[in-house]
This record gives sequence, structure tokens and C-alpha cells, in this order.
Amino acid sequence: MREWFAFFQSILPNFIQGAQVTLQLTFGGLLLGLIIGLPAAVLRVYGGKKLSWLAIAYIELFRGTPILVQLFVIYFGLPDLGITMSRMGAAVLAMGLNSGAYQAEYFRGAIQAVGGGQMMAARAIGMSRYTAIRHIILPQALRLVIPAWSNEPISLLKASSVAFLIAVPDLMTTAKAIVVKTYDPIGTYLAVAVVYLVLVYVLNIFLELAEKNLQIPGFKLEAQQR
Amino acid sequence: MKKTILEIENLSKTYGSSVVLKDISLKVNEGDTIVIIGPSGTGKSTLLRCVNLLTKIDGGKIFLDSEEITAPGVSEDNVRQHIGMVFQDFLLFNHLTAIDNVMIGQVKVLGKSPADAREKALQELERVGLKDKANHYPGQLSGGQKQRVAIARALAMDPRIMLFDEPTSALDPELIGEVLEVMKRLANDGMTMLVVTHEMGFAREVADRIIFMEHGLIQEEGSPNEMFYHPKHERTREFLWKITELYGKHEDQGSEKL
Repeated sequence: MREWFAFFQSILPNFIQGAQVTLQLTFGGLLLGLIIGLPAAVLRVYGGKKLSWLAIAYIELFRGTPILVQLFVIYFGLPDLGITMSRMGAAVLAMGLNSGAYQAEYFRGAIQAVGGGQMMAARAIGMSRYTAIRHIILPQALRLVIPAWSNEPISLLKASSVAFLIAVPDLMTTAKAIVVKTYDPIGTYLAVAVVYLVLVYVLNIFLELAEKNLQIPGFKLEAQQR
Repeated sequence: MKKTILEIENLSKTYGSSVVLKDISLKVNEGDTIVIIGPSGTGKSTLLRCVNLLTKIDGGKIFLDSEEITAPGVSEDNVRQHIGMVFQDFLLFNHLTAIDNVMIGQVKVLGKSPADAREKALQELERVGLKDKANHYPGQLSGGQKQRVAIARALAMDPRIMLFDEPTSALDPELIGEVLEVMKRLANDGMTMLVVTHEMGFAREVADRIIFMEHGLIQEEGSPNEMFYHPKHERTREFLWKITELYGKHEDQGSEKL
């Protein structure tokens, strides 16, 4: 055990750069996923037949196929169509598209939990659909969604390790390089697991803080009230 | 002659094969309080929703201030600004404080400045007796207080008419009084009101006219005196007797002095 600690300490500095890349992948994917997922959820609920169908098609496509397949199609497949991008760009795009589909479903659930009554009350004082969505529905839905949505940064952080397979220099790629040098796969992969665990833990603290700060007295999902 | 605010002409509404409203015609003059009563499922709430264009009508016309609001090309959002609506289940915006609930329509719909809207919101909250609760969230208010904030929210838009859809039906008995009190004061101040309720005491005391609806039809209408003491139809008498027994016994005893 003590031996492993010494080994862990010796290789820790090597992980710093990899951790930065992993965080970039995570937040890049999360942000892109938010930008895609929120409109997709709104369209799915309020978009009318055609637009909601489009949103559903996107969500089902990206939830229904492995992220690794999506990454390979983007990185190895798109160049055939004349679209090339950096490894990092491809990884963020794949993660964003994938995450967007999941985030859309979280948001949809929250929008529906806010309920039709709020929309009716907003329309009754003369708000347009758009104004009602923007000022009445979404501010509530975005608060309700936090506990469920908090899964997404965490699962995305871990899923970012697929970027290893197109040689993005993230944590996982770093670990592999260390294994080649040290011939200690078990020690190294345990070490990288610890690094992932710490990152998730820190992320969790921020998410809980956000949830607490955005809380409104007496405003909760019924299930959370217990 | 008083000015007509709301006029409904031969309104009909069907859901699939069931006819909810048949050929309803109704006039509401400025300052009038009209109370609609009737058994549940007879289309009273649907009628209010049709007036507010929250439900599409299948036939007939509705006029607000002599302008047809059911005509093609009329902006629904525009019409609804001028019609206040109070719901059975309050439907306050849960993420906003009481005062923000009363302000948001003024700012986002009427385009008022936040300062003007705040001043008006405080006035309206005072009118419903809740100025001291301005910074409370809906989750921190009782049902009666929520409903009074909802009334203030509607009033802040300076509506031509207020629609009340069973405003006290979701309230604990001891909270009903405070909401009815606010509504009485509004009526006395000359607000034009169309009220669906089972509160017979309120109907008798405040209504200028009572409308008895059943099976999607206006069965009978008249002054409280006519409706309570000299109804033309046996069914009206029967309904009023039953409902007074159920909801308004305490008020009924008081009425002996009338």
C-alpha cells in the first residue's frame, strides 16, 4: 500500500495535463449539450408536430447508439464527406451531441413537471407562448432539473475517456503512456481511477452548492418534498 | 343605459361528440357582477375559458367592448391582456415572489418600467390586503393568500372584466371568507365581474344577476331575489336548495333578516 502511494505520488504530476484535457472535454461537451439539449426539449414539448418530431429523432438517434460509434463516425467518417476536424474538436462534438440528447430528456421531464397550469396562467395575462416559455416555464424547469441533471456532468466526465480511442491526450491516454513506461498497469489504472474519483467529487460539491443557491422556499418537485 | 363590456352571442362548444355549451348568449354591463351557478360538468368553466380565448369556440361570437374578439386575425394575447382571470387552483408563478407575480405581466406584456410596475403592484397587493407579504414566495403563503395574490396579479393589468373560475373551491373553509371579502370589495368598487362559484351567500349578496346553467345551457337567469325566492323552474329551486344546504347554511340563516 505504502509502495503504491509512493508510486502514485511520483506519477501524479503527469496526470495534471491529462486532467485539464479531460475537464475541457467534459465542459466543452456539457456546454454544447446544453446549447443543443435545451432547445431540443422546448421543441419536443411545445414545437408542434413537425418540430417535435425532429427533436425526438435527434434524441433517439444519439441516445440509441454508443458514444464510441458516434465519435468514430465523426472523426473517421466525416473526413470522407470533406469535413475534417481536430481530435479534440471531434471528441467535444461527439460528446456534445450525445450529451445534448440526454440533457434534452432531463429538461423535457422538468418542463412537463412545471405543468400546463403555469402556461395557462401566463397566457391568461396576455403573455405570448414565447414569453411564457422564457419567463415562466424555463426559470422553474431549470431549477427543478438540477438534481436529475447533476448526473450529466459526472457521467460525461467519465465518458470522456472514450477520447482515448482517437488519441486525445486526456487522463486515460496519459495513463496508457505511463503504463508503457512503468510496466505497472494495475498501479497506474488505480491511480487514474483515483484522479477521476476526485474530479467527480469536486464536481459534485459545486453541483450541490448550485442546487442550494438556486433554491426557492416552498418550490420543489412533489417527490423531493418528502 | 350602462355600457356593455362583454357580449356573448350564440356560443357553442363541443369536445368530440359531447356538446359542452349550446347556444349561450349573455351580456355583461359595466360594473355588473354576474354569478354563474350550476352542477359540475355543465360547462361553466369552459364558458369562462372561451371568453378568455384559452379554449377555441365552435360557434357564435364574443364581443369585448363591442369588438369581436373571436373574429379571425384578432391577437389572442392582446385580448387576454384586457381580461383578468382567476383560477380555482391559483396558478401563481412559483418561482416569483408575490410582488414579482403581480409585476411580471406589467413588465413583460404591457412594457412598463420595473419602477412603475412595482408601484402598481404594491397598490394592488394593498387592495387585497397583502402588502406585507410582497416578498413572500407562493410556497410561503396560505391558499387564501395565494388566491388574493392571484387576484392582484390579474388586477394589475387593469382588465376591463375579471373572470373568476371557482376561486374558493380549492380553499379550506376558514380561508374562503378572506377571498370572498376581496371579491365583494372589488364588486363594490365597480369592477365588472363574471364569477363561477358555489358560494351562494356571495351570489345572493353581491350578484346583480345569477345565471343557472345545466347541460351546457342557460336554464334560468334573474336577480338574486328572483332566483332564490321565485325561481321559474322547479330544477332551479331544487339546485339552489341543495347547494345552499351544502355550502351556505350559515349564510342562509343570516338571510332570514333580508
